[in-house]
Amino acid sequence: MSIAAKEAEIVEEFEMFEDWTEKYEYLIDLGRALPLIDEGLKTEEYLIKGCQSQVWLNAELKEGKVFYKADSDAQIPKGIVSLLVRVLSDESPNEIVKTELSFIDQIGLKEHLSPTRSNGLVSMVKQMKLYALAFQS
Amino acid sequence: METIEEKAKQIFDVHAIRADFPILSATVNGKPLVYFDNGATSQKPKLVIDSIVNYYSNTNSNIHRGVHHLSQLATDAYEVARSKVSHFINAKSSSEIVFTKGTTEAINLVAQTWGRNYLKPGDEIVVTAMEHHANIVPWQMVCEQTGAVLKVIPMDLNGELILEEAEKIIGLRTRMLAMMHVSNALGTINPVEKVMEMARKVGALILLDGAQAVPHFKVDVQALDCDFYVFSSHKMFGPSGVGILYGKERILAEIPPYQGGGDMIKTVTFEKTTYNDAPFKFEAGTPNIEGGIALGAAIDYINEMNHDEVLNYENSLLHYGTEALLNIDGVRIIGQAVQKVPVISFSIDGLHPYDVGFILDKQGIAVRTGHHCAQPVMDFFKVPGTIRASFAFYNTIEEIDSMISAIHLAKKMLK
Repeated sequence: MSIAAKEAEIVEEFEMFEDWTEKYEYLIDLGRALPLIDEGLKTEEYLIKGCQSQVWLNAELKEGKVFYKADSDAQIPKGIVSLLVRVLSDESPNEIVKTELSFIDQIGLKEHLSPTRSNGLVSMVKQMKLYALAFQS
Repeated sequence: METIEEKAKQIFDVHAIRADFPILSATVNGKPLVYFDNGATSQKPKLVIDSIVNYYSNTNSNIHRGVHHLSQLATDAYEVARSKVSHFINAKSSSEIVFTKGTTEAINLVAQTWGRNYLKPGDEIVVTAMEHHANIVPWQMVCEQTGAVLKVIPMDLNGELILEEAEKIIGLRTRMLAMMHVSNALGTINPVEKVMEMARKVGALILLDGAQAVPHFKVDVQALDCDFYVFSSHKMFGPSGVGILYGKERILAEIPPYQGGGDMIKTVTFEKTTYNDAPFKFEAGTPNIEGGIALGAAIDYINEMNHDEVLNYENSLLHYGTEALLNIDGVRIIGQAVQKVPVISFSIDGLHPYDVGFILDKQGIAVRTGHHCAQPVMDFFKVPGTIRASFAFYNTIEEIDSMISAIHLAKKMLK
């Protein structure tokens, strides 16, 4: 499934919810399904800077596709990173590098997009693209 | 018997006070704002906001040495504000009051003037285990520059200093005791008199960080007999970008200037510059004039209040909030000192402070989450951070109730 198709799927899922509590409960649930980074990799090296909570991220290249694993000690950032992992995993480095994600705004989580927001969604996306960039070369 | 709630309502007309603070009627995420982040910065009464508008509408001009009318008006207003600050903390004279841009700059000023010039290798600076980074890092920097050593008075699990340990740490090599009067992360009111007595015995200078004290209770620097007292305007209902360094006249006269520039000089030639007297020799460049004047307005506002009533009312908020929080399963209060300002730091078992803070914000409730610029405190209590509700006299019992139900929702969503 393309990045755009996965984004559309998420937008559709979030359209079901009427209020913010349902939306965030769903986001938190999604976090529970995140492919988890190995405990041994929860180190400074894999930590994403700029988050008030700790978010660790790692990526592997398998048969030309990037697969991400992540974790967080807080549930909302974990939900957010799980959405990003779902959208960007199993894609080629080229696709990941050139993509402009729009679904975050569309599902009403725009407040997480501000670069100064302490959960660091912007840093997460940047780090994921950096992995893809490294795999490209 | 009266409940705390009834008592709080009787002693204080909080709704009249709230009307003085325009922002308190705001809504956030469609909910009435509940502002419990006063430890980070307080809100401002209309009197303070108006004084800034009034300054720019009627007085704006650069201060000191201007011969024209507006410059004299601005200078007078700025110096009247300095005198208000002096009275507010009962300094001996206005010349003991240095305007800085905040508590942080005031501490850096002392570290880089007194510290850098007088500290020798092996000299010791004593701080406490509960300091804000602003009272740790400037001293670490001057230690690196001079070879002096930083020593730390430990605390116990209630968040109270261990005085027997302080006795051992403060000794003949101690040159400076720099400690917080009140802890921002824990709310503890430190027994500064007892610790200062130890420092005086060995002839050390004393700096008190009063940033979290002056918004809550009356401070008298002559009664305390400290050498330096520092605090920020923005935590005491004044504007940001202004802070105060109080220093004893004799000491301010001795220590060298901080930054060089205009206003801090007497005469300048390319061969030799002579410096102005304190406080001006520490105030290079055009200061935050409107900020200083508006701090004066904030002091006027505080002076209008009955201090005992404020103290009682804030205590009732502290006790009500503490009890209500402890009634929630899994809540642990970080900082249970006997003497506290109305600051409650807490954690909830299994929940990250960030998640809780986020869900409270969705319900219009502003708390602070994280390490509160006191990472050593978080390490000591083995938490990644806390959720901190810090109250001011304009907060209410009803607002605490709103926070409690917001926490219940957060727990439900996050479990």
